[in-house]
Amino acid sequence: MTIVLNEALSQQSLLVVYAAMAVFTLAFLVSVYHLSQAASLKDKNLKSVVVFERIALALTILGTLILAVGVFMRGFAASRVPWANLYEYSITGSLILLMIYLISVRSKEVRIMGTFVVGFVLLVLGTAVSIFYVQVASLMPALQSYWLVIHVMVALLATGFFSLAAGLSGAYLLKTANWVENAKTTRTKNFRKIMEIFPSKETLERLAYRFNIIGFVLWSFTLIAGAIWAERAWHRYWGWDTKEVWTFIIWTLYAGYLHANATRGWTGKRAVWLGLVGFAAVVFNFTIVNMFFKGLHVYSGL
Amino acid sequence: MSSSQLYEAPEIGLTGWSRWIWRQLTSMRTALILLLLLAAASVPGSIYPQRSADPNGVALYFDEDPVLAETLDFFQLFDVYTSIWFSAIYILLFTSLVGCVLPRTKIHFEALKAQPVQTPTNLSRMPVFESSTAAQGIDPVEKGMQILQKQRYRVIRRGDSISAEKGYLRETGNLVFHFSLVGVLIAIGIGGGLSFSGQRVLAEGDTFVNNLAGFDSLSPGTFFNPDNLAPISVTLDKFEVDYDFANETNIGAPLDFRATVTVRTPEDQVGKTALVRVNDPLDATGASVYLTGHGYAPQVTIRDANGDISYSGATVFLPQDSNMTSIGIIKVPDNLPEQIGIVAFFYPSVIELSSGAYTSIFPGVIEPLVSLNVYTGDLGLDSGIPLNVYALDTDRLTQVAGRGTNNSAVEVKLGETADLPNGLGTVTFDGVKRFASLDIAYNPGQFWVLIFSLLSLGAVTVSLVTPRRRVWVKATSSGFEVAALSKRDDPKLEEVVRELTQGIRNG
Ligand code: HEM
Repeated sequence: MTIVLNEALSQQSLLVVYAAMAVFTLAFLVSVYHLSQAASLKDKNLKSVVVFERIALALTILGTLILAVGVFMRGFAASRVPWANLYEYSITGSLILLMIYLISVRSKEVRIMGTFVVGFVLLVLGTAVSIFYVQVASLMPALQSYWLVIHVMVALLATGFFSLAAGLSGAYLLKTANWVENAKTTRTKNFRKIMEIFPSKETLERLAYRFNIIGFVLWSFTLIAGAIWAERAWHRYWGWDTKEVWTFIIWTLYAGYLHANATRGWTGKRAVWLGLVGFAAVVFNFTIVNMFFKGLHVYSGL
Repeated sequence: MSSSQLYEAPEIGLTGWSRWIWRQLTSMRTALILLLLLAAASVPGSIYPQRSADPNGVALYFDEDPVLAETLDFFQLFDVYTSIWFSAIYILLFTSLVGCVLPRTKIHFEALKAQPVQTPTNLSRMPVFESSTAAQGIDPVEKGMQILQKQRYRVIRRGDSISAEKGYLRETGNLVFHFSLVGVLIAIGIGGGLSFSGQRVLAEGDTFVNNLAGFDSLSPGTFFNPDNLAPISVTLDKFEVDYDFANETNIGAPLDFRATVTVRTPEDQVGKTALVRVNDPLDATGASVYLTGHGYAPQVTIRDANGDISYSGATVFLPQDSNMTSIGIIKVPDNLPEQIGIVAFFYPSVIELSSGAYTSIFPGVIEPLVSLNVYTGDLGLDSGIPLNVYALDTDRLTQVAGRGTNNSAVEVKLGETADLPNGLGTVTFDGVKRFASLDIAYNPGQFWVLIFSLLSLGAVTVSLVTPRRRVWVKATSSGFEVAALSKRDDPKLEEVVRELTQGIRNG
């Protein structure tokens, strides 16, 4: 068995990722400007700044296309799917989140989340290129399985949906926060104006719920697929390995979130907070658990 | 719910109390809190090493800080997932689940047989409502009934209105999902009890026989019966590793491990050849064989002072680093005049460092060397206590070669022979075999765990994407009214009403 690795191509792909980040930075600045204008303009003038929203969206599409090129190049450089270590999860995961956003952006209510999506992607890509980058390397035999393609792909998809839901939940909490609803100072009043161009709190809550549902179904699949793979690779389908534990915790938290949405006294803010706790576990699992916890799943490549 | 109800009753009595506790336990709120507790209770198991997954990690805790380790152990923090508190949470949760889902199943069955509900008197109060004029000569109620029936609603006409309902699958899916979770839990429990998993290290040419004596270690389930072990044997014919030679930054990375084995059964003594790879176990009836590790088993022959062979064969050496520097223990009780014990180092591709120490620079066999630290004295093999084959008890041994003695370690290259110190004899390095670590495991429950998991995944998906809708059409003096209501989130509800209204209006 032989493989061909091309680190030079990977370095070029890194440059492409940097280029995408530059475009995302622009998109981010434009959409922040768009939001800040909302605070200072009178209602009827708001339409005049919608053009900034359009520009931000166009830049986001451009950045996504560039990032897609970078991700593909990395895959070619490693001659396999580009999701086998922390760096690759980050770039592919960002691409997936952006694609989910761009597909759902046709619904106007989601478009306003652009600032969040692009900001979050910049954070992830920034961490990826500065901390997570590793040279292309061969896959250890335990990872050579079509389950890597399926299980990790679906996990990244689920994470994309959870991320968007978290953004919507964050917007919901900002909109319904006491200091925003009963704003007294000019500053908080301006902030409330910004929040006014977001969808209604019912819409935000409902959209977050929908994205979380899709995330939950995909995460359930991730968990099952992981167990099938673990049986093939490690002789047991479940062994409470750290990564398995955290997959389970995340699943349980989101199941709790779905329950909360049907439990009297728990709908609204409490449920939304619970969804965010679930997302915090997703982020923790992705970063801290991958990098610092001991276990069989050692593939951060760091 | 009001707590005053509770105190109104003059005497609650035992049954009253039990009923109250049962109602609390099976409430949605309790279910939610138990779910969150379960998530929280899982966390410590990822922080502290667990006996089941990482016994060495636990041992390390006891070495480094025995008092802390004792305390953690008291709270079962090294066995979180079998601990009393963790078990209590999930048993309560599942009790709650059954208590919650059974009555709902009954209600759902009744709902499946019942007619759609009465049409509310005031339709405009419904979340989605439209009124319209009807075209000449059309009965809007009749037309609405046709449309809704085509869309597979259950429809009933009562006077000048119809009541329609759709989406019973939502509740069906939800119930199947919750029941499947119980199925998963039962399959885990029974399967775990009947399962076993054992380890065996095999050098090339060696054979594993699937009985109690064949395992190096075995973890059986509670109901495991060794008589049920499938009567198979597995011979490791050959073990091959592909290393990366081509890519500069990746040299020495293992690309593939392949164990070629022959599997024999009482009916088939000739056996069948099969390949076992990582991720690709051998599935025999009643047991699967997994490849979990590998290493070298150098072959040496030791001759004693009289020139008689006192030891000959392949010994499993445990790898210490990614370039496969390996350590092995050789015990030679029959050597004359003295028993000898050896701590040996094996370097598959040796180089000498400037310090004079050796290291291996590539995991494949290119320039193999065995270096031996030799001990004489009492190996302690006669005491009857089983000894670890990977450790040498040096209490009653004296080192005669290697660092710290007057003699340097004995070094032998492949095919060569070297003298042991003090006229103890000679050692010959005959060859290098590889060994494979195999896991032999069987869990009859895992198939059912998978089936119930997939069932629950399918059911929850159906449940979450199926909206449960009620739709009403009512004739009015000027035309007709349409209204709809959905249980929980329903992105399409307005569209449904709009299209239905249009459909009726267009005739
Ligand atoms: C192992 C424990 C449990 C898990 C993992 C779990 C998970 C879930 C999930 C994921 C949902 C949303 C999917 C759907 O609506 O079909 C759900 C819904 C529901 N669960 Fe559970 N559940 C558990 C235990 C319970 C218990 C103990 C109860 C009763 C007290 C319960 C009652 C319900 C109800 C009534 C719904 C429907 C909510 C709605 O209308 O959307 N569940 N559960």
